[in-house]
Amino acid sequence: MPIPVRLRVNDADREHVIEPRVLLVHYLRDHCGLTGTHVGCETGICGACTVLVDGRAVKSCTMFAVQADGASVTTIEGVGNGHLHPVQQGFWDCHGLQCGYCTPGMIMASIHLLAQNPSPTRAEIAEGLRGNLCRCTGYSHIIDAVAQAARSGGAPAKEVARG
Amino acid sequence: MADAVTPYVGRAMKRIEDPRLIKGLGTYVDDLRLPGLVHAAILRSPHAHARIRKIDVSAARALAGVVAVFTGADVNDACGLIPCAAAIPDLKAPKHTVLAGDRVYYVGHPVAVAVASDPYVARDAIEAIDVDYDPLPVVADAEAAVKPESPLTHPDLGSNVAYTHTVAGGSSIDEAFRSADRVIKHRLVHQRLTPMPIEPRGVVASFHQGEGALTIWTSTQVPHLLRTLLPGMINVPENKLRIVAPEVGGGFGAKLNVYAEEALVAHLAMRLQRPVKWIESRRDNAAATIHGRDQVGEYELAVRNDGTILGIRTRTIADLGSYLQLLTPAIPTLTGLVLTGCYRIPAVKMDIVGVYTNKMATDAYRGAGRPEATYLIERLMDVVANELGIDRLEIRLKHFPQPAEFPFATSCGLTYDSGNYQGALAKAKQLANWDQLVKDRDAARAAGRLSGIGVSTYVEICAMGPSKAMPAGGWEWGSVRMEISGKVTVVTGVSPHGQGQETTFAQIVADRIGVPIEDVVVLHGDTNVAPYGRDTYGSRGTAVGGTAIVMSIDKILAKAKTLAAHLFETTSDHVVFENGVFTAPGVTNREIGWGELAGEAYVAKNLPAGLEPGLEASSFFEPQNFTFPFGTHIVAVDVDRDTGRVKITKYVAVDDCGPQINPLIVEGQLQGGIAHSLGQVLFEKTVYDENGQLLTGEFMDYALPRATDIPEYIFGHTVTPTPVNPLGIKGVGEAGTIGATPAIANAVLDALAPLGVTHLDLPMTPERVWQAMKTAAATV
Repeated sequence: MPIPVRLRVNDADREHVIEPRVLLVHYLRDHCGLTGTHVGCETGICGACTVLVDGRAVKSCTMFAVQADGASVTTIEGVGNGHLHPVQQGFWDCHGLQCGYCTPGMIMASIHLLAQNPSPTRAEIAEGLRGNLCRCTGYSHIIDAVAQAARSGGAPAKEVARG
Repeated sequence: MADAVTPYVGRAMKRIEDPRLIKGLGTYVDDLRLPGLVHAAILRSPHAHARIRKIDVSAARALAGVVAVFTGADVNDACGLIPCAAAIPDLKAPKHTVLAGDRVYYVGHPVAVAVASDPYVARDAIEAIDVDYDPLPVVADAEAAVKPESPLTHPDLGSNVAYTHTVAGGSSIDEAFRSADRVIKHRLVHQRLTPMPIEPRGVVASFHQGEGALTIWTSTQVPHLLRTLLPGMINVPENKLRIVAPEVGGGFGAKLNVYAEEALVAHLAMRLQRPVKWIESRRDNAAATIHGRDQVGEYELAVRNDGTILGIRTRTIADLGSYLQLLTPAIPTLTGLVLTGCYRIPAVKMDIVGVYTNKMATDAYRGAGRPEATYLIERLMDVVANELGIDRLEIRLKHFPQPAEFPFATSCGLTYDSGNYQGALAKAKQLANWDQLVKDRDAARAAGRLSGIGVSTYVEICAMGPSKAMPAGGWEWGSVRMEISGKVTVVTGVSPHGQGQETTFAQIVADRIGVPIEDVVVLHGDTNVAPYGRDTYGSRGTAVGGTAIVMSIDKILAKAKTLAAHLFETTSDHVVFENGVFTAPGVTNREIGWGELAGEAYVAKNLPAGLEPGLEASSFFEPQNFTFPFGTHIVAVDVDRDTGRVKITKYVAVDDCGPQINPLIVEGQLQGGIAHSLGQVLFEKTVYDENGQLLTGEFMDYALPRATDIPEYIFGHTVTPTPVNPLGIKGVGEAGTIGATPAIANAVLDALAPLGVTHLDLPMTPERVWQAMKTAAATV
């Protein structure tokens, strides 16, 4: 039985009538047309689907869209305000991606990480990204990327604290 | 552009492909949205081996939103057989249909397909299909499978042995063993691995009724191989078939194949007259996308007491799984080709027994046969060194060919192009501060800690390859077009999916044509844009594909000089081309840039007699040999006595892939490759139980390395160009995965050596290491 769901996604109000079983990731991709958030496992392990829900990193395959009713969601398409976010810039500068499939989730998890800890050590970055799998890079350049973003003051509060 | 410019080649440049990917604007298969799209879901066998008594699809067909439900009886005749391209003599091959016939042969075997207006409904539909299975005896172990009492994977083949094949060469192997002072025997298992790209596979197919043309978007490494092989399966002419590999989220060999779903989804799109999408779940990816490795062998070395190795002999059993995919039986033969590693070993003989079991097929996974060879020869070098009390580096140096001996003919039948193995080893020793590293290890041991150092010196086969040695052509195609605007469009037949050739090829082109790199666009992965190509695998993209582009540039430059000479009213030998500008010193002060020249070429009102309009060239490059990158990895580890946990404390890698186009990308390839090895040594193993049930069907059960598992690296390089291509480059996509596995394994075993542990199979999980320590303590 479809039910209404109202969310704020990337600073825009969204309202749809959807089946309660629709996962947040599928809602974002199929109902909002935001395909930058990827599905890698549907079991909450790989983190490719990571988005921010009310500023917190959430694996959007582990949440029903209706559970996010009333929340503010930020996806990869919503960071940076038309510019590259320092974390995106870090990934570009440091070759923090190869195939790019895990990258949106990695970037969202990194933004959350820097919001929690603006000056992380390399070990703290690795710990903070343990929930995101990458099969291409071997992670070292990803850690470089987040470290660079941290050095450049990489956690613009308005991105993370949105909503 | 007349000023001297810094070359792009050799610079650690940011990638051109990245902005779209970091903004979430890349288009992967699942991101495609077509009008009228319907969604397919596939029901797969829960049994490893069973007879299908009955399939009832009526409940599934009755669900609202379901468009169609089909079984093998409905679609197999129209989808042809899944091809194997490996040419192995006397190969016994089962008929491999897209859906199961009256039997299933592995867990994950596709049984039925449902198509619905919504992907959730498609999944509901396959759950509503009722299949009556009659379970049959399961072949779960390849070594047991060759015994006469074993049940049969494919009873109609009469045997579980798909083939036996011998790779042998050099001097007499029997004589080597007769004249040896001792024979060192060792059993080594190369465990089954699951490639696990983070993007699972996916296919979208759309048939244009009016044009009779079919477009297939698929997450593949090999769009061109698909365009060659699918027409015969689904009865669409090659020139009516367009394959697009859009953004592809990782491959590692797992997407170097022709899969059932590619033919099936194409057929459904034609049959239903609607575009159809199928997206693989992670569980299906683990069960029904190819696995890698899975070889076990008894290895024997004929050795003199001074450490000289006279010969290597083995019988290796390769677990092929239940079916042959594109290259399944060829992978173990690649192991045989590089079995002697970077050593002069005069005699070699490898008997390969390829065996069918009730599991998913094995095929090319990153390194494909070479990691197996490197692991075993590098483990064996340590075994010999330890048994004879010879230094591990000394025994390696003793068997290296000298740099002046290249091209070096190996007893396996290959000719290594160029090499300086001593140089890479020396550099790695220096970067690792070897003497201090040994002292530190010894001090740690004296203090009661388990500390070890491992070394691997490797050589591998890259830039695949000469067509005579490949199943279906090893050349590569590329074109370069100077547009009328002065922009440059490059089209390549390789199909990068993370390797960064949109950037590296642009670097090569921008330098040689003398334009800003921003003016160069590299297109790939669409057979309507690049009709011919041999795609991306075997570390071939830049070495083979890049050369086809260089050849095309040379043709354009020659034509451009002819046109410039005409405009200068002189002959081409007076024309000088530098930094994108044509001049004729001593003839005229006039300068002509690409904008003007391209305009003349396309407007074509003032061309010399006989010169065709336009500025475009394409080329096929046929390499005369493979390339053979090499290197040395040195690893230090600590093993926790209480938990068995391995911690890498130092990682030094010196790799020689020839000249580097983009050192940042090279480093990324190495780091990624090493992570695959680290996973193989410490965590990863594809596990089937004795009933053929897959126990590692999710990321929860199959342990990929995580960010916290990665050490700090010290990278170094030596540069030994190959004579095989004009760029001198060798390839680097698989080097990390080939060099690292034995280095890490040797380090763990060195750490455990004081306890008397001499062998441990991969993966060296904390539990397995802890058990080994416990067993060793009990036997002391």
